[in-house]
Amino acid sequence: MGKIEWAMWANEQALAAGLIYATGGIVGVAGQFRGWQFAAFGIAAGVFVCLLEYPRSKRGKGTSVERTGQYCFTVCVNAFGPLTRNYYVRAFLHAALCVPGGFMLATVLGCVCLGIASLIYLSAAIHGEHWEPILPRTEPPKRVGDSIKEPPQNPPPRPPPELRRKKADKLETAAYDNPMSVTVNE
Amino acid sequence: MSNWIINQGLSAFILVVWMGINIFLFVYFYLFYDLGPQFEYTRELLGSALPWARAPAAVLNFNCMLILLPVCRNLLSLLRGSFICCGRTMRKQLDKNLTFHKLVAYMIALMTAVHTIAHLLNAEWYTNSFQGRYGPLATKLSMLGDSRELNTTYLNPVRSNSTTPTILVFTTIAGLTGVVITLALILMITSSMEVIRRSYFEVFWYTHHLFIVFFAGLVFHGAGRIVRSQQVTDPPHNNSLCENQLENWGKTADCPVPQFAGGFPQTWMWVIGPMIIYLCERLLRFIRYMQPVSYRKIVIRPSKVLELQLVKPGFKMQVGQYVFLNCPAISQLEWHPFTMTSAPEEDFFSVHIRLVGDWTEKLIKMVENLPEGGQGPKMAVDGPFGTASEDVFDYEVSMLVGAGIGVTPFASILKSIWYKFKDSDPKLRTKKIYFYWLCRETYAFEWFADLLQVLEKDMEERGMRDFLTYKLYLTGWDQSHVNHAMVHFDKETDIITGLKQKTSYGRPNWDREFEQVQQENPSSVVGTFLCGPQALAKDLEKKCVKYSDVDPRKTKFYFNKENF
Repeated sequence: MGKIEWAMWANEQALAAGLIYATGGIVGVAGQFRGWQFAAFGIAAGVFVCLLEYPRSKRGKGTSVERTGQYCFTVCVNAFGPLTRNYYVRAFLHAALCVPGGFMLATVLGCVCLGIASLIYLSAAIHGEHWEPILPRTEPPKRVGDSIKEPPQNPPPRPPPELRRKKADKLETAAYDNPMSVTVNE
Repeated sequence: MSNWIINQGLSAFILVVWMGINIFLFVYFYLFYDLGPQFEYTRELLGSALPWARAPAAVLNFNCMLILLPVCRNLLSLLRGSFICCGRTMRKQLDKNLTFHKLVAYMIALMTAVHTIAHLLNAEWYTNSFQGRYGPLATKLSMLGDSRELNTTYLNPVRSNSTTPTILVFTTIAGLTGVVITLALILMITSSMEVIRRSYFEVFWYTHHLFIVFFAGLVFHGAGRIVRSQQVTDPPHNNSLCENQLENWGKTADCPVPQFAGGFPQTWMWVIGPMIIYLCERLLRFIRYMQPVSYRKIVIRPSKVLELQLVKPGFKMQVGQYVFLNCPAISQLEWHPFTMTSAPEEDFFSVHIRLVGDWTEKLIKMVENLPEGGQGPKMAVDGPFGTASEDVFDYEVSMLVGAGIGVTPFASILKSIWYKFKDSDPKLRTKKIYFYWLCRETYAFEWFADLLQVLEKDMEERGMRDFLTYKLYLTGWDQSHVNHAMVHFDKETDIITGLKQKTSYGRPNWDREFEQVQQENPSSVVGTFLCGPQALAKDLEKKCVKYSDVDPRKTKFYFNKENF
């Protein structure tokens, strides 16, 4: 299927699943359904999954497009190091989170969607992908050649005036006049 | 303002009509289920959750009917052809088909969400009703069994104490199909996100075929007739009287046992038409796929551009249209669009293919390995599609602006204008063309420079140097360009393109350009055509207004924004 990076699709699916999980949970709790405890768990798990999945990973090839305002999420997710970078961990985490959703009707859809996201993440992990944060680039190095066009700000280094003075006994052959008056033996 | 009305007015009108129909359906069916007497007992069990489920269902019926139509591109071509009389604005609407498809899809997603949530509530409340949590009337209604001996029909689909909402959903046709098609819808939507579509088109394309599952499930969704309405019995059951005399049901003349029956499934009536149309569309694409296409010439241009000149019997095109190409040797199921770069006056059609991704890369590699003069790989062609840019020929003076890849349709247009001019075609009113070519670098468009060179030579031979004035603007210049230009400034031809016309650097000064056109054509009507970014369109539109004169003897500029 071409050079697909499975993680990109898994990310979209997991984000959608998180939202659906949370919505189903809200309906279950607000309607005081039987088994509302599972719905409450669904809200918590759904919100957690949304926060985890919101920052998009940097793509292996090509330009990565950030989601609006994802920078602070990127920093948080990055702080967990290998736990969040590794997709095997994510696949397992999503699989574990989705199970309680299956016990109640309102969260069953969220459960299945999250399960599918978990499978796609597993595929991504098997293909060797991992999560990379999208961080702002450092300043590009100053281009060579600009300094050539700028005139020098300071005069070239010269020895101190005492040494620049011509020696008095060599006045006739000198190429220039002394800037300061010269007396012998000064 | 008037420009907006001309360009966007019809689209806005269609949107308003579509939204109006949606709102009407929602409100009508909400009230039907909320106020209808045949649902009074159902409302006893479910409150307003039933109308909240049925209203989006009606909107869903309407939108599922609409969603297949904008993607039947051959049908749209047919419509476009038969609307020749009805003005270009009408036909331009057909070009926005994908935007409409996405809009309808969003509405389907939204309504599915409302429908599903309402049914979650329904399932829960039906179960609660059966377990006696909602008072004696609800319990009595729920207890009505489905029994021929006792002559009762059930109202509550929950029939036993051990049924939970989950079991209810997964053991009814409506519930099971509902879950399956919602899942299909979610997978279709997540794989259609712009990120996935632009970079991994195959995932989007193959996953989107889940629509087959979606429509199959949708048609059977109502087969279980789970929405029950009260039937008229003989003698009639008086609801308002009998709900206070629960013990007398079936015993007094006023209160026979109420009878219920399921509603006839209606969705198939909405969607069967478009499903058949779409089937015909796919069949037509298959037939076109089988039609033979032969190669007239294959040219590998510098900077990884492949020019294919193809011949297909019965193929007719117009300027500025595009075709879809499919190469079974690369991928059985992928069709990719390419703007045509040949003029309708030629007896072949050509496309220029740049190396941008998987498919194009494989094609170019295959063609590079061909023997000299050999036929290329089997190619299938679907099309042509797109609204033709016939207006270009109507103006005495034309300003054509092509930015970046937007220059491709102008190859077709310029060639066609030149053919018409040579043959003195009466349809051609153009006497003078100003062509502005803006690009960051000419790297991938050297073939277009070649075309301009050929035109330039041809025009000089006929002594018509003034017919076409073109200016090339290199907006991505840097120091090396400047150095090169400084060294070669006294050469007769341009160092970048080899054309007599010199390349300019940076963006054009439109005020100066418009002034020049105005001075050289003091009393003409000038048509401005752009294929490029939106920001440039706004700019040019303003300039057209600024330099147009109310006096009919003076120059007038008309702006046409095209999306070729």
